[in-house]
Amino acid sequence: MYHKEKSIQIKNSASALYNNLCALRIAPRRLTYFTVVHANVVNMVSASWDGLNYSHRQLQSKEPNVATSTSLIMQAAFCSLPSRDLLVVTSQKGIQVYESDGSIMVYWHALDIPETQTGKVASKLDFPCRFLSLGISTGAILVFDVPSKGSNITLSDVLEGHKESITDMASECCGGEVCIADLVSADDGGNLCVWKSGEEFKLLNHIPGFDISCSSVKLWKGTVVAGYGTGQIRLYEAVTGILHAEVNAHARWIYSLDIAPYSGLLLSAAEDSLVRVWHLTMTPESQSVEIAHLHNECVTDTQICGAKFCDADGYAFAVTGYDLSEIIRYTQS
Amino acid sequence: MSVRTLPLVFINLGGEMLYILDQRLQALNTSEDNSEKVLNDIVGAMFSKDFMDELLKPQQLYSHRTLKTVLTRLAHASIMRLNQASMDKLYELMVMAFKYQVFLCPRPKDLLLITYNHIDTIREFVRHTPVVVNQVDETHRKIIEIYSSLAEGDFQLLRQTLLIFFQDMHIRVSLFLKNKVQNPNGRFALSPSGPVPHGIDVPGLIRMFDRKGREVRRGEFPTGGSYTSPIRQGCFALHGNRVITLGMNMYVGTVLTPQETHTSKAPSVKVTDDAPNLLAKEELNLLARLMGSMKAEDMPETETGFRINLFTSDQEEEDAGASGGAEQCLFGVINIQAMQDEQAATQLARIAGQFAEGGEMPEELSSSKGDDLLAMMDEL
Repeated sequence: MYHKEKSIQIKNSASALYNNLCALRIAPRRLTYFTVVHANVVNMVSASWDGLNYSHRQLQSKEPNVATSTSLIMQAAFCSLPSRDLLVVTSQKGIQVYESDGSIMVYWHALDIPETQTGKVASKLDFPCRFLSLGISTGAILVFDVPSKGSNITLSDVLEGHKESITDMASECCGGEVCIADLVSADDGGNLCVWKSGEEFKLLNHIPGFDISCSSVKLWKGTVVAGYGTGQIRLYEAVTGILHAEVNAHARWIYSLDIAPYSGLLLSAAEDSLVRVWHLTMTPESQSVEIAHLHNECVTDTQICGAKFCDADGYAFAVTGYDLSEIIRYTQS
Repeated sequence: MSVRTLPLVFINLGGEMLYILDQRLQALNTSEDNSEKVLNDIVGAMFSKDFMDELLKPQQLYSHRTLKTVLTRLAHASIMRLNQASMDKLYELMVMAFKYQVFLCPRPKDLLLITYNHIDTIREFVRHTPVVVNQVDETHRKIIEIYSSLAEGDFQLLRQTLLIFFQDMHIRVSLFLKNKVQNPNGRFALSPSGPVPHGIDVPGLIRMFDRKGREVRRGEFPTGGSYTSPIRQGCFALHGNRVITLGMNMYVGTVLTPQETHTSKAPSVKVTDDAPNLLAKEELNLLARLMGSMKAEDMPETETGFRINLFTSDQEEEDAGASGGAEQCLFGVINIQAMQDEQAATQLARIAGQFAEGGEMPEELSSSKGDDLLAMMDEL
């Protein structure tokens, strides 16, 4: 179904962090940006679609006002807001927001929780429409209001729904359709919170966990797709919390999930060195979602830490692994 | 990242160091008395209350350089003397062994079982000296107390912190190569087969539910691997069967041959830090605290220290010296805490130099040395 393509070499190896690969497709310029985190550096590659041109850039997490050493980066992710694309880099000390090519920093926010108290900052974020939300290790979610132009990003809300460290968040921009839930957050206890964004965010549902970390979460057509440390994937109906399906998908901790929204293809990747492709189908008669397995890829001797579709149809996907200095790519045959 | 890594790092790296030293001392036909004394002294220093209390404070993981300095100091808490080249090679072996264990650790929580395997074997080494056994037991109890309350997610963060620390290290170890746990390119073998970790289900099953929560369908999918049911869980108490074998002494019954130390050409990032390097100062602080908390061994007048070359031939020592390039590469890649501050780097090198061959004897490293260190840092 998929075959391996030429890999993209990156300047450093990928660190063992959840969801450690992000991709942004720039159709007008026939380019895709990829970001991979290595310790305190973000490796950015801009790859042309014809496979001929690659340019690299590295960003370091540096807090402009603080003269201490650089801190480790937890995540680098692209945020596609309706009017602009941004690159958000989160570290132990706070977040920095750049233009999508990494050229200019437009905003930074230092977390004022003293490091010794929280012990760690896990910063995961996602972007319902014009908000940028950032989950931190206390379980709080900071919501930033992002203007369509300029750097006047402001902290507009703090959501309290979790007691444990936020591990991942996902959003769905429903466009013209009526969307009930558009943000889901997951924590280290496997608990999921479903939110409706707006001037004031509303907590719609809380789906309890089983004391197992939910390391990766996605939202698609009102369905929460969650990957856990037990290697399981679960599909929940977001608003009601009804469990549609449970898959014993991997033999080790799941590190990354991704969905191609147009086709309903799901990608799962874990420490067991396997990447799996699934197909999600809505069945309106039973008001349910079904999941079917399509394909496996094994990245020999590698604990995978990031897997992303390169396009909304799922025609191609890319994978990163711990200690690997390349982005491995696969395309549909 | 995690602030609970240091105790586990020291116990596991220290454990690996003791395994290698024990095997080496035996291979060199060192007298029983000397061997036992060396191991007892090192274990006594490592598991001393003050030293462990320092480690158990929540704090960041520091650089390889600091760790190596402290481990050298620990090794020299005994009457044995190691030259710089031996210590470098020893450190590489230790780190690669621990990296292997962390990489293959089935569940994040099993890091504790790996640690307990090390502690169990250490206890065996010093079993004839009740005082030291007590220290080991005390430390073990403290570890159980502190780490039992951590959630699985915290352990995974701890494991991720360690993996970042070991990133890009691909030194080939002949024992690993021989046992096929490491490939010729320096990467560890990870097979999609075998028993799944405890608490995880064998992959392959899809279950669908109706809106009332009843299972309505089951399906299977091809996993691309051959997994089997989990084995029983190891024991997390003071004594017991740990079940997993990672962390056990793999040098038993082997002949430690000089290993190749080819580091792979991993591209390294030069992290330039223009800001005044406060982290270097933090590291020196840690070093001072750790050194100060270690018992300074009183060297009996009658006994003289003995030197051992860990890795036999002179040629090899020369090679080890020549592979200083490899060492550079090691530090170059793990340059997270950039020791750009020249003065700090010199200070640290000076401290490390104290314990190299021909350096000062331990009884001079009394608390006044600790004061000197603190005085030095005030000048920074």
